[in-house]
Amino acid sequence: MPYIPHTDEEVQEMLAAIGAVSIDDLFDEIPDALRIDGLDRVPVGLEESAVSRLMQSRAATDTGSVSFIGAGAYEHYIPAAVWDVATRGEYYSAYTPYQAEASQGSLQLIYEYQSMMAALSGLDVSNASLYDGATAFAEACLMAVRANRKTKSRRVLTTRGVSPLYRAVANAIMAGQGIELVELPNRHGVVDIAALAEHAGEDYAAVAVQQPSFLGTLDDVDALCDWASANNSLLIGVCNPLSLAVLKPPGQWGTHGADIACGEGQPLGIPVSSGGPYFGYLVCRQPLVRQMPGRIVGRTVDLDGKPGFTLTLQAREQHIRRSKATSNICTNQGLMVTAATIYMALLGAEGLRRNAQACHHNTRRLAAGLSALPGVEQVFDTYFHEAVLRFDRPLEPVLDALADAGIFGGYPLGDAYPELGQCLLVCATEMRTADEIDAYVETLGRLLSDSRAA
Amino acid sequence: MHEPLIFEHSQPGRRAPGLSEARQSALNLPAAFLRGDVPALPEVSELQAVRHYTRLSQLNFSIDTHFYPLGSCTMKYNPKVCNQLAMLPGFTGRHPLGPASHGQGFLSCMYELQEMLAAVTGMAEVSLTPMAGAQGEFAGVAMIMAYHRARGDDARREIIVPDAAHGTNPATAIMCGCEVRELATGPDGDIDLEALRQAVGPQTAGIMLTNPSTLGVFERQIQEVARIVHEAGGLLYYDGANLNAILGRALPGAMGFDVIHMNLHKTFSTPHGGGGPGSGAVGVNQRLAPFLPVPVVGKEGDKYRWLTETDRPQSIGRLSAFMGNAGILLRAYIYMRLLGAEGMRRVADFATLNANYLMARLASAGFQLAYPRRRASHEFIVSVKDLTRETGVTAMDFAKALLDEGFHAPTTYFPLLVPECLLIEPTETESRQDLDAFVDAMVAIRQRAFQDPEAVKAAPLTMPVRRLDDVRAARQLDLAWPVEQSA
Amino acid sequence: MSETPDNLKYTSDHEWLRLEDDGTVSLGVTDHAQQALGDLVFVELPESGSQFTAGDACAVVESVKAASDVYCPLSGRVAAVNERLQDEPELVNASPYDDGWLVRVEPDEPAALEELMGAEAYGQFLAESED
Repeated sequence: MPYIPHTDEEVQEMLAAIGAVSIDDLFDEIPDALRIDGLDRVPVGLEESAVSRLMQSRAATDTGSVSFIGAGAYEHYIPAAVWDVATRGEYYSAYTPYQAEASQGSLQLIYEYQSMMAALSGLDVSNASLYDGATAFAEACLMAVRANRKTKSRRVLTTRGVSPLYRAVANAIMAGQGIELVELPNRHGVVDIAALAEHAGEDYAAVAVQQPSFLGTLDDVDALCDWASANNSLLIGVCNPLSLAVLKPPGQWGTHGADIACGEGQPLGIPVSSGGPYFGYLVCRQPLVRQMPGRIVGRTVDLDGKPGFTLTLQAREQHIRRSKATSNICTNQGLMVTAATIYMALLGAEGLRRNAQACHHNTRRLAAGLSALPGVEQVFDTYFHEAVLRFDRPLEPVLDALADAGIFGGYPLGDAYPELGQCLLVCATEMRTADEIDAYVETLGRLLSDSRAA
Repeated sequence: MHEPLIFEHSQPGRRAPGLSEARQSALNLPAAFLRGDVPALPEVSELQAVRHYTRLSQLNFSIDTHFYPLGSCTMKYNPKVCNQLAMLPGFTGRHPLGPASHGQGFLSCMYELQEMLAAVTGMAEVSLTPMAGAQGEFAGVAMIMAYHRARGDDARREIIVPDAAHGTNPATAIMCGCEVRELATGPDGDIDLEALRQAVGPQTAGIMLTNPSTLGVFERQIQEVARIVHEAGGLLYYDGANLNAILGRALPGAMGFDVIHMNLHKTFSTPHGGGGPGSGAVGVNQRLAPFLPVPVVGKEGDKYRWLTETDRPQSIGRLSAFMGNAGILLRAYIYMRLLGAEGMRRVADFATLNANYLMARLASAGFQLAYPRRRASHEFIVSVKDLTRETGVTAMDFAKALLDEGFHAPTTYFPLLVPECLLIEPTETESRQDLDAFVDAMVAIRQRAFQDPEAVKAAPLTMPVRRLDDVRAARQLDLAWPVEQSA
Repeated sequence: MSETPDNLKYTSDHEWLRLEDDGTVSLGVTDHAQQALGDLVFVELPESGSQFTAGDACAVVESVKAASDVYCPLSGRVAAVNERLQDEPELVNASPYDDGWLVRVEPDEPAALEELMGAEAYGQFLAESED
């Protein structure tokens, strides 16, 4: 029997010790009407080798394409050491480190992770992770509403550069508590700082900005940060952690720095993997720490005065504070944080910088090549590692034809940004070779001219 | 064993392999956007990093190394093949926004997983997007609220939660904008039906229940509970934390539940990963189906595709940027295909056999059971309050002493209403020999508590650290390696 | 055994109150409460000047394993908070009735104080709740 160690003899001896005749007896407290004899609509079990063949064939169905999609999930090279070590059973099959003495490995690793995220973001304190970038954004907004003692406002003013997927998730999560997002209009892909004056004097718990934005563009975060502070709002920065190796980190924005930063941790050693598991990161200034949701590890000493690590500030959390907790979060994304910590240790600041620069240059090369084609133009000039291209025709047939040629051409923006109809968001990370980029340009050129000729 | 911080291994200028500098140059961006300083990340060689994180791993207990009888957590064996196959490059390399036409392999697994989870819970439809049990709870309560709102029944804002419930239940209700009403448990561990009748009314949105409950017993009056709540106009939410106890033996859907979340990291053996990821798929009956969180995988002919807000306009919306913990869902799918219908029933059978055996042996060794006249479900509660009164040795001391004996501690001080309790869940994958060894260790610690209580209170002595100063950790917060100290 | 000074008023939520010479009322948690909570690691205090209705939570005392709301049994305005507790929450453990006071309230109706338990009644209440 798969994964069941009992022999028939042992089963009989164990039943005798219990004083039961059969295993059926052990379910005698379940009312007869509720007991079932078996499961319908579930197939019979397969041997490991058969499941292996099945999964190999399913995985093979999905391979063979080259992706130029980013939009919040980025394909980066992951050194072999990262997942080799992270999937060791001692990490993979450990529980949440509530028994600190038997969990020093996970606890110290999380402390190192918190330290690395603080260093990258330029802020003081990190938690041990949230589910993904979108829920981290929602939790950052909820945290700001709780933490801002200067206002009772339940509104957060957000740029439309914050991922539309994140805004959708935040709306779904915050709706029950009556907390709402108010959107600032975009101009040339960024917020028009002069237009902020219209909102002066209005009451917002926080202002949220994504840098680089979902469109790859860069906002005047210094001005936004100072504006927020002058209006008694906290400032939430949403950042791709890879970009923080080269772009000004939230802790250094404006005169005082951002109050909270959050985002998607996936670019730090996590495969794109159909959307998950990833992890959300959340960092903040020290005075806000008690409003931060999720687990936090602290360094302390043991009875002998020897340094050690433990979960701390647990009175914020649901298992103690129940209905008054900062969030209902319990399980986080510990295994992903394990991989990300090893990834950051291996790459260091220099490795991250090189990757960030390589992505930037690859995307520039791609955008230059594609926008040189007739019927394609580049929309914004200043961007990090994603570019927006406007086409002179509907995108869907173009993207379908590209996919048939083994190329995922990018993310169409029209649904989320009606003002960017027939616009495509493209990304070429350091994984894309010059040949692959050139092949995309050449294939698209052929497709566009064929359909023009037709 | 002490392992320095990774920052203490760091030397300026040291590097692991990575991109060579030659391929790129500085960013083509205005200086105002650029970072002026270098973030203080460690600078180590690949071997240093590998050795450091391998050594840290050796400071952990885990299922692969130790028996882990952690009540309500279902720490069963995580088959290696589930991880290996979920990490196939075809799965890890697929971009979440890639066209469905080029993701039919992955989508077919997700569609079949939805179908199998619906079958094992007796629900009509399943959404896989919630990323943990707590998010599944959120989805469930949000759907209950959306259902009442859609009927114009806006006064229903109260969620009933038993006092024995996991803390996520009340915390979730608050996140959904509800009020929480606690419900007392009767002396035999079942819900106090009279208290329930008093509690329900036109304000009742629903009730959140775990069955078997967190007290380790099956709620025998569940059909009556369902009738009372439904007649009052409320809905029933099933917290799937203890689904392992009834898999293949009973269906929450048949008990009268309208919505359920499953912890795939418990019942379906996906890894706990030192804290996560979890996966909290939700199942609903027909009346809640329109409100399921999106995306859901649909099938048209022999093609699979995502169903989104366009297909499900009444959906409570999206709970993750893409579609939840996809790779974890693959592991659960693989596990279910390995076990099949027969294997899933064996899960409940042997989890229950192991729990009742362990309970019987500990009781005959003199341990006090919280519910001695009840069957154990897949877990049970021992209270050491008599021992505490006589010797001063607490449940916490017991837990720490078990670590020295080579066993992970059971869950302690939960549920809150049983004093000095140990909640013990052996799972189906432990052998009789391991259960017997655990009993021996429990008996030995109990004897030591009478002979030399101070020795038990000093435990653990064989772990990498002794008991930690939690008060200092909270008063003198040290949450990050100081930048000025990192060389 | 815990101390219950004679000159104070008490609540069933284990708060104490003391009428000061300037007409304000000091509020803290009792010796019994601090013992039950264990070592405090944080005290969350209201803003000076904020207004409370009788029965509102006005502060939170937090130990490693628990966090408890402190309720203000009187309606009124917060005249002062004990700033020292920000850095020294342990004062509540060491000196619950003096250095460990939490807030000082200007009560809307000072007479309401008289309706609370005296030391003897509170002592009785403690004895009964331990049974």
